[in-house]
Amino acid sequence: MMGMNIRIWVRFVVAGVLIGIGSCSDYEQTVATLNQLVMQDEFDVNGAPNSEIWGYEIGTGVNGWGNNELQYYTNRRENVVVQNGYLIITARKESFEGSAYTSARLITKGKFEQTYGRFETRMRLPWGQGMWPAFWMLGADIDTNPWPGCGEIDIMEYRGQEPTIVLGSVHGPGYSGGNAISKSYELKNDRFDTGFHVFGIEWGPNYVNFYVDNVLYNQITPADVTGEWVFNKPFYILINLAVGGTFVGSPNSETVFPQTMLVDYVRVYK
Amino acid sequence: MKSIRLIYSRIALFGFIAFTLSNCERNLSEDVVFAKFSTNPTVFIDGFSAGLEYRPFDGSKLDAFAVDTEVKYRGTASMRFDVPYEGDPSGAFAGAIFPDYGNRDLTGYDALTFWAKASQSASINEIGFGNDFGENRYIVTVNNLRISTAWTKYIIPIPDPSKLVAEAGLFWFAEGPENGNGYSFWIDELKFERLGTVAQPRPAIFLGQNAVVDTYIGTPFSMTGLTQTFNLDNGVNQTVRAAPAYFTFKSTNNDVARVSEDGVVSIVARGTAVITATLAGVRAQGSVTVNSLGNFVSAPTPTRNPANVISVFSDAYTNIPVDFYNGFFAPFQTTLGGAVRIGNDNVIRYTQLNFVATEFKNPTVNLSQMTHFHVDIQIPEGIDAGDFIAIELGDFGPNNVFGGGDDSSGRVTIGSGSLTSNAWISLDIPLASFGLTSRNNMAQIFFISDATISTLLVDNMYFYR
Repeated sequence: MMGMNIRIWVRFVVAGVLIGIGSCSDYEQTVATLNQLVMQDEFDVNGAPNSEIWGYEIGTGVNGWGNNELQYYTNRRENVVVQNGYLIITARKESFEGSAYTSARLITKGKFEQTYGRFETRMRLPWGQGMWPAFWMLGADIDTNPWPGCGEIDIMEYRGQEPTIVLGSVHGPGYSGGNAISKSYELKNDRFDTGFHVFGIEWGPNYVNFYVDNVLYNQITPADVTGEWVFNKPFYILINLAVGGTFVGSPNSETVFPQTMLVDYVRVYK
Repeated sequence: MKSIRLIYSRIALFGFIAFTLSNCERNLSEDVVFAKFSTNPTVFIDGFSAGLEYRPFDGSKLDAFAVDTEVKYRGTASMRFDVPYEGDPSGAFAGAIFPDYGNRDLTGYDALTFWAKASQSASINEIGFGNDFGENRYIVTVNNLRISTAWTKYIIPIPDPSKLVAEAGLFWFAEGPENGNGYSFWIDELKFERLGTVAQPRPAIFLGQNAVVDTYIGTPFSMTGLTQTFNLDNGVNQTVRAAPAYFTFKSTNNDVARVSEDGVVSIVARGTAVITATLAGVRAQGSVTVNSLGNFVSAPTPTRNPANVISVFSDAYTNIPVDFYNGFFAPFQTTLGGAVRIGNDNVIRYTQLNFVATEFKNPTVNLSQMTHFHVDIQIPEGIDAGDFIAIELGDFGPNNVFGGGDDSSGRVTIGSGSLTSNAWISLDIPLASFGLTSRNNMAQIFFISDATISTLLVDNMYFYR
């Protein structure tokens, strides 16, 4: 029953129709409070992304950001720019600082961190073997509480060679990497690289609900995770386009470069 | 402006219809509505869809196709194709078209799909749709489609569905023996679908290369290597060969070269033009640069009495059977080209010449009564001091086949001092000059430049007395 209520609610909100909540149950009241916009970037100003919201992670991290990813992240205009109302992250095949590819990874760490809320983006994804875009979050205490202890919520992950499927996951102590709690969502008669789609979570005390467009496709609660629930504290947002890595595999000769990930907006509600 | 005009025309049309109605006092006739063809997407589910026919190719094993009610992916029946073995008296291959000559409107679909399996792993030579035994205007082909012994779904995307308003060719295939052996394959649930996941079109002409063609006024050529590639929902990039009519061609200089809807390039003046194409608004990768060399001047027409001539290549005589004008001897030969038609004249045109052979061993030729070899050559490029053309004759000797220790060959070399550019050079060389030990089993004529000369035109190759 609880799942049913949430599904109906999400449909209302996404459709932009919210009716009176005075007579709603406790649960719906809790969700309804997630309609107050607290952060938004519509990417309406051309140039570099708004530095008050977005920082960068540069380079290759440790072991390709822990995943044997192949790209070198930069903050160059060639890899990340706001243009015509979109944040455009571009993965390029080019020899750069010892890597064969370049791309970008934006983070709100230290700039925007929040506990609970509705985190939503509207994106058009890239395509082709080896492309790995993601809209995700990490626990803000990651510097003192290393991954996976800090927790990770993957609102959207996608493999370029599976253009109809996205995944939503949580990682934490005892359920990280290949053992993450995860569910996929498949589009029927459509793809994620040919048009824009909405990816979001509804996150509250002891639950994370995952939705694509107007479809709620999963709810994860402490009962679902095989370890400690670490999602009752602030998280920050990441948007990146990785190339290669263990999750997706390397690009091959058929992968077309450059590849772009278009972000129409990022909105956070509480 | 455009939309305003459209509105006026609608008002006018409405007024006309209303006027017609009030005067004639009868209902709108069906003539007012455009004729619509069936949008039935099915080709073969458990039997022939309405209007579908089976028409085998000439030379195909006639009973290569059967409706199989034992083996099927789903439902009650599938299509079974029995590919003959090499030497099968019932036919050399299996091939057929499945048309609906009532025509279908396929504009609402993006792919032909089916499930298939085979009695052994194999690759079907050609499979697709749009073959109607007529113009084949919108023919689409997948080459070497690999099938296995497990039922698998296959997707053949439509390069541009908007073109298929009245298509008769719903399915076709042609397949020969696999390693000499016959086998069977089954196709089921054959239908057009709107998958919504056929995406990221990447059309190409000349297989995506930037080609250069040197040619003459009045010598048309066809656009080749026309493909459309889509990314499918399983991540596969599926390429199909697409008919020229799917493309819109554009010439940078219509005064030099112009392209017809069916992809034939006509050369109308000396000069240069670059031809590119789009498919459904997407720029095709690849181009062809046409260098028109102007009017072609034919070689002098031979006047020798045919009774005294054994001709290998000439429009003036009846030629002996020739196996090839270019043997493409890998890996040392770079020479491209062969016999071409320029205007009304058949000539041989070689490019990237290092050496090349014309061979006529079925049968070999007895030159015992002949005294000379004649050939006209033209070199449409500058002559440098070290350039040469060597002509070599090859005789297979008494055993009449290549090798065996009795072959003889010899060459005559024409140095740069005897060569001129852009004009026919007529050569009459005594056969004695080739120093052959036998001339009774002649089988080969070589042209050799060792890459000193790249492009060579050849005409009127004959022996005479």
